[in-house]
Amino acid sequence: MAIAPAALKSKDFVSNQDVRWCPGCGDYSILKNIQKVMPELGVPKENVVFVSGIGCSSRFPYYMNTYGFHTIHGRAPAFATGIKASHPDLSVWVVTGDGDGLSIGGNHLLHTIRRNLDLQLLLFNNRVYGLTKGQYSPTSRTGMHSKSSPQGSIDYPIDPISFALGAGATFVARTIDVDAPHLQEILHRAHQHPGTAFVEILQNCVVYNDNEWLEVEDRKTRVSAALALHNGEPLVFGPKEARRGIRIRDGVPSIVHLEPDENPESAGVAVHNEAHESPSYAFALATLARPDFPLPIGVFRAVEKPTYESMLQAQIDDALAARGPGDLAALLHSGDTWTVES
Amino acid sequence: MATKKPIEQVERVAIRFAGDSGDGMQLTGTKFTESTALAGNDLSTFPDFPAEIRAPAGSLAGVSGFQIHFASEDIRTPADSPDVLVALNPAALRANIGDLRPNGMLILNSDAFTTKNLGRAGYAEDPLPSLKDRFRVVEVPLTAVNREALKDLKLGTRETDRCKNFFALGLMFWLYNRPIEPTLRWLESKFRGDVLEANTRVVKAGMHFGETTELFPVSFSVPKAKIQPGTYRNITGNTALAWGILGAGIQLGRPAFLGAYPITPASEVLHELARYRHFGVKTLQVEDEMAAISVAIGAAFAGELAVCTTSGPGLILKQEALGLAVMTELPLVVVDVQRAGPSTGMPTKTEQADLLAALYGRNSDSPVPVLAPATPGECFTIMIEAFQLAVKHMTPVVVLSDGYIANSSEPWLIPDIESLPRGEVRHHAEGADFQPYARDPETLARPWAVPGTPGLEHRIGGLESEEGTGNVSYSPENHGRMVALRAEKVARVAHDIAPAEVNGSDRGELLVIGWGGTHGAITSAVNEARAVGKDVSSLHLRHLNPFPSNLGEVLGGFRQVLVAELNCGQLWRLLRAEYLVPAELLSKVEGQPFKVREIRARIDTMLAKGS
Ligand code: SF4
Repeated sequence: MAIAPAALKSKDFVSNQDVRWCPGCGDYSILKNIQKVMPELGVPKENVVFVSGIGCSSRFPYYMNTYGFHTIHGRAPAFATGIKASHPDLSVWVVTGDGDGLSIGGNHLLHTIRRNLDLQLLLFNNRVYGLTKGQYSPTSRTGMHSKSSPQGSIDYPIDPISFALGAGATFVARTIDVDAPHLQEILHRAHQHPGTAFVEILQNCVVYNDNEWLEVEDRKTRVSAALALHNGEPLVFGPKEARRGIRIRDGVPSIVHLEPDENPESAGVAVHNEAHESPSYAFALATLARPDFPLPIGVFRAVEKPTYESMLQAQIDDALAARGPGDLAALLHSGDTWTVES
Repeated sequence: MATKKPIEQVERVAIRFAGDSGDGMQLTGTKFTESTALAGNDLSTFPDFPAEIRAPAGSLAGVSGFQIHFASEDIRTPADSPDVLVALNPAALRANIGDLRPNGMLILNSDAFTTKNLGRAGYAEDPLPSLKDRFRVVEVPLTAVNREALKDLKLGTRETDRCKNFFALGLMFWLYNRPIEPTLRWLESKFRGDVLEANTRVVKAGMHFGETTELFPVSFSVPKAKIQPGTYRNITGNTALAWGILGAGIQLGRPAFLGAYPITPASEVLHELARYRHFGVKTLQVEDEMAAISVAIGAAFAGELAVCTTSGPGLILKQEALGLAVMTELPLVVVDVQRAGPSTGMPTKTEQADLLAALYGRNSDSPVPVLAPATPGECFTIMIEAFQLAVKHMTPVVVLSDGYIANSSEPWLIPDIESLPRGEVRHHAEGADFQPYARDPETLARPWAVPGTPGLEHRIGGLESEEGTGNVSYSPENHGRMVALRAEKVARVAHDIAPAEVNGSDRGELLVIGWGGTHGAITSAVNEARAVGKDVSSLHLRHLNPFPSNLGEVLGGFRQVLVAELNCGQLWRLLRAEYLVPAELLSKVEGQPFKVREIRARIDTMLAKGS
């Protein structure tokens, strides 16, 4: 892949379109961070494609000065599959939301993840339908009062991380709209990952579901409300004076209280390993949820297996090696033919 | 094998093979067809099988049939009524006997006519005595003679009995003096060991049985047909579609990209294409119909020749994405191999009832060109044309095939590659003042600028775009203009399509119009009527949107117009609305193709009324 001219700056990735999200929406911060990261990836701007479906988050491609395709509700992963499978040299980014990706597009998300194309799936999770003006979404909490659930939602929510792990994702991470350094680090990791990188970005919808993620967005509460995942380090959270850790026994996580100087590993606290061959460990982490547990933030799983597009190309190469380039005349004359003389 | 019995020469014969869906009737018919093609006859076939993979043995629901019509003259249909019916069990007899022509030959597996099997087929008593008055019944103890031929092989009874269709095939080879070699070659390429030995042996035994038994005093021959010189092969519509996709890739210099989801009767196109990776073609079997068109549109956005293949219910699921391709003005070919509906309908049976869905089945005004092949062979060239139109006019194109031409085969004069249209796919490369929705002044096509091209970074989407810039626009005037531009762009496709050509005379009393797979039946009926001096002509439309520019003029040359189609009047409505002609309708919706006599009867009634 060609190296981007060093001159590329954040602003080179800003399109000439006015951004039309509500003031205070978490999407602004995500956009800014993605524009910040883009020049650092070393990909020429013309090789970057943003693909989206429908929803607030799906306006994203319009604001990026790259190639962009704003498609239809839920199907962005399928369009991205076609782009990447036909052009493995492109850097393909899918932007979706909890409604777009997990409701109407759940099937496409599932199958795109399992095929492991080398692309990035960014799911902005604000736990509500924004663009259609405030209905509960598939990630909304049971009991959520919304326009379409005035007595409270009776749906059980789906967890995006568990969904991705269940679909066989090779890279799964969670990050936060307003945590710029972490978001940027995860975007870098997602881009480096050779396969489908699934990233859940906790995003605040200031209009219809304000402060849904406040505990983890706010730096002060984050210390106890979030569990920062660092590969090779024990699963420890909380302030220095009240450190706690996560122990996993028989696949079931529980909280261990640590003495100030206690070694977490000796206390049975699990050490984070992104590369566990079995996804069970990552599943156990994915079950950690508020209010009983801290919410894990970071990379849950990062393993490698061959990508769809590389296997597709290998089949073409094999067929070419075995049979030579396709010959149309030979094909039309293959099998039984007969000649009628004049 | 030279016969010592007398040979009677006939000009044309139609044979129907019928049995349980597990009896291998489709294979038997296909092998008979290959031999018949090599014997130099013109031919037309009609496979008719149930959707169930294995319906209960011996039941009416499980009957599978294959009809072949072959002749020493030009023929276009599988024939209204078979002259010979080969029935492997009572259910096959019961389901098909109504079609056999009076005094036709009925060849039965007499071993299958047990009380139990008669019961399964719903016969209260043995039908044979009464049938003997109306048909020439030949009772062959097929199961027994087949077992006898294989008795020294180490095959179980089941495997042995599975060969009996090839025994029947051998017998029919003898009866119609067909070459056995293509089948023997095929068996050798396909099987080994005992299975190869058994099948080879029973085909030969079947021929030998014909020669030695007293059941058949004569055999028949059908002289070679006098057809256009050249090299021929047999082809079905689905194979031709797949090869047409490969052909388009070669002719336009870019391998095609197929997104597909399995659906009857279109799956064979996916199967066939998946075998040709060395043409560079990429075939993706994806999670559903919506994904299939979405991956194709994604590839089109990235600059590929994208296509998806489906059938009616799948077309409906694709409509939303097809609307996006209309809005983003990307080239794409969607093939609908139509089947009987609505809903799941009768998946293996034919119909032509998706025309209005293709034209008007999307939200809002969403025009697309629509093409329909008339014969299996035309499926090849129509794919090349569809891709050319899609790329030149930057529009999705719908191709409406149908279950009848998908599975039927005909001898196909193999086209000379040099004679096929060529053209390079060209992506936009100019960077200065690039506007994604600028238009070619002649075609109104917008530029095809693809990712990877420096300086042309742009965004497209399903929201209404501003003319030129492509920016999202809610301006009322702009929307009106864009709707009109999209319509005009598709209308201008008419400049690139062949004018309508009448079979018969340009003026006269009656014009019969059809489209798609009804071509053979309509042309046969009209030619028959013309041969006895009737004032009738026919017109078969390959382009259903836009219509050929001379269509109005052609219609004006006739006092009466009849539209014959396998739906409740879809083209009929379009023609009446567009040209204000008081066209009449001959409609058939039984999941079966037209019979020539059905069209002929209507021609005669209309001509009688007109004179
Ligand atoms: S509705 Fe919510 S998610 Fe949508 S733009 Fe406004 S704040 Fe953001």
